[in-house]
Amino acid sequence: MAKNYTRSSPEMKKMLPKKETISFLLNYSKALSVINYKRMKFETLLN
Amino acid sequence: MGQILQDSVMVSNYIKGDECALGVLIERHKQRIYSFIYSKVLDRDITEDIFQDTFIKVIRTLKKGNYNEEGKFLPWVMRISHNLVIDHFRKNNRMPKYDNNGDFNIFSVLSDTNLNAENRIIKSQVENDVRRLVEELPADQKEVLLMRMYQDLSFKEISEKTGVSINTALGRMRYALINLRKVIDKHNIVLTN
Repeated sequence: MAKNYTRSSPEMKKMLPKKETISFLLNYSKALSVINYKRMKFETLLN
Repeated sequence: MGQILQDSVMVSNYIKGDECALGVLIERHKQRIYSFIYSKVLDRDITEDIFQDTFIKVIRTLKKGNYNEEGKFLPWVMRISHNLVIDHFRKNNRMPKYDNNGDFNIFSVLSDTNLNAENRIIKSQVENDVRRLVEELPADQKEVLLMRMYQDLSFKEISEKTGVSINTALGRMRYALINLRKVIDKHNIVLTN
């Protein structure tokens, strides 16, 4: 029977963004609001 | 298929104002998107930046109501990240940057052109030797050599200044070099640093 010695690389396991990045994105999303005025759109960041 | 439906439901919930839906979408797809970006740029910090920019674009597009690809959320986000990866490489091509981490050392490209103490002494000795050799040349050859090498005059200008033809000036220069080589060979003078 063939022996498979390969192991998953530790680098591949850690392929995830930092918690701070995700937390920044969620906060950015909460802070961003888009105001529609007639045919125009205004972005406001409430921070 | 269930996943695709769920994504589209999450997206529409988010558009309606459910902020938690975005968290769910990011959690669900972060690994694939992050790995995809990393596979292209091979740098954790740049991957982090592009991942963040990707979702900033996603958030802005969804909040503005410009999203019209319901049911295909992940391919859409992947395309955004792909475009940002391309932008990154384009920007880097225009302005290549060298970072000093990993195996690459910036000092293998940039070297200190100043001579060290030993080489400075050798250089001054070589210059002294050359000066003495030139002094030994016949006056007419020395005159042409100095004008050509140190004053950077053309042979036409040399011929005008010395009142000889261009061919004579060329000949004197040639003999000057031949004579210098002869003396250098004869006395085994080393004129390299």
